[in-house]
Amino acid sequence: MLAAEARRAAERSARESYGRILAFLAARTRDVAGAEDALSDAFATALHTWPAEGVPDNPDAWLLTAARRRLTDAARHRQVQNVGQAQLQLMGEELGAMVEDKSPIPDRRLVLMFACAHPAIEPSMRTPLILQTILGLTSEDIAAAFLIPPKTMGQRLVRAKTRIRDAGIPLRLPEPADLPERLAAVLDAIYAAYNKGWDEAGDAALPELGKEALWLGRLIVSLIPEEPEAKGMLALMLYTSARGAARRNAAGAYVPLEEQDTTLWDEGLLALAEELLRQANASGPSGRYQLEAAIQSAHVTRRLTGRSNWRAVVALYDHLFALTHSPVVTLNRAVARAELDGPDAALADLASLDDHRRMQSYQPYWAAKGHLFARAGNAVAAAEALTIAIGLTTDDALKGYLKARLSLLTH
Amino acid sequence: MRYMMLICHDETALTPAVYKELATEYGAFLEALAKAEGCAAGERLQSSTLATTVRQQDGKTAVLDGPYADTKEQLAGYFVVDVPSLDEAIVWAKRCPSSKYGSIEIRPMLDQSGSKH
Repeated sequence: MLAAEARRAAERSARESYGRILAFLAARTRDVAGAEDALSDAFATALHTWPAEGVPDNPDAWLLTAARRRLTDAARHRQVQNVGQAQLQLMGEELGAMVEDKSPIPDRRLVLMFACAHPAIEPSMRTPLILQTILGLTSEDIAAAFLIPPKTMGQRLVRAKTRIRDAGIPLRLPEPADLPERLAAVLDAIYAAYNKGWDEAGDAALPELGKEALWLGRLIVSLIPEEPEAKGMLALMLYTSARGAARRNAAGAYVPLEEQDTTLWDEGLLALAEELLRQANASGPSGRYQLEAAIQSAHVTRRLTGRSNWRAVVALYDHLFALTHSPVVTLNRAVARAELDGPDAALADLASLDDHRRMQSYQPYWAAKGHLFARAGNAVAAAEALTIAIGLTTDDALKGYLKARLSLLTH
Repeated sequence: MRYMMLICHDETALTPAVYKELATEYGAFLEALAKAEGCAAGERLQSSTLATTVRQQDGKTAVLDGPYADTKEQLAGYFVVDVPSLDEAIVWAKRCPSSKYGSIEIRPMLDQSGSKH
């Protein structure tokens, strides 16, 4: 067998099973870093032996057995952690039985995600941890996406994994009373990865992260299909992805939602999003992601009716505000309200954000104000707001769009 | 895992009324703690204004009046729990009446054999 073919088999297996095998090992030993080392050793061995001996019938079981052997060696080497050895022994017996029955490896990825997004893990490290443990991304790749030096990211990941082991963060599902809050942390971590991939579309390395996040979103929906918020989050990501091709014009310039060519929207993804949202709404109370997905749904009705359902959008933002009290929601609601009641009403609503410190350096706030002032006929205030928005923008396509808006005012 | 639960208070914010309320709540809390296997009530400390801090450096002994860290919240006591994971320790921290008037720092204890587990 060709080396290239063995490599591809190992890579396929890595993609499909990395997180599954790692979660299985870590759930037993609570040692995520140790399990990663053992698993990467097992993959290295596979790349070495499979070309000569052929790909085994059950590559997952092979990798898992090899990884377990590494863990046992490591435990023996350290001659401590008797508990760990007992667990490895148990795991060995369980594995033997699994290989004989050809039963699949129990999927413990959900509990691993809960451990990665545990309240005792620093919020900024939850997304990187999930990307590394479930998807097997390297700390170099993660560091690039988070604009942090690779060495620093590597150290932080190691620290977080040590913390899971030594602080006693459990690898099991949270108690039912804790579940909504804990699940929210997991969903937030996945959605943060999606936004990293989405916001900076100009950077070639990052859109991949959006795909990884979608993969994680699908995974979490498959692992807990009864949770409406998980479906709401996946729907939200799919609505956004469906519009991917429409948000840049041929020249690469930014196109706002209201001006997008709806024929460029991906109907397949939209249908999937609508179905997920329908299921989510049918099965439970509305959480943040369900509401945001519903807002997207009201926007995409434009492809059928020619107009976003602004009344529904405003009403949904009211619900979302009651839930989050977020100034960003106030901002978005005002922008939607302008479509119903005109720019002056919207600007009056935005006055409540005048003293809000974070909003004063939030680019979309100034861009929205610029558009609203322009529509209200106040060119001076519009130019001032757009100028601030340009100053706050890091995305070149968006900067170009705002500059074009500004020049429309002055000419 | 065994955890030491360090109770920290802002002593100046605790009024006599709060102390009275705490005393009642602690009665129930300590009873519940006594029932839990491997858990133990600790000790309560007197005010940090009575603390003395000693350091030895370069052969010199420095004795200072006051607690070692000049923070708003001061160590006021501790208790010990023996539970399967951090999640149960967090539940005990939430049960502790002092968590409403200060904070509970949860510290995994090193077991006697020196292993972390």
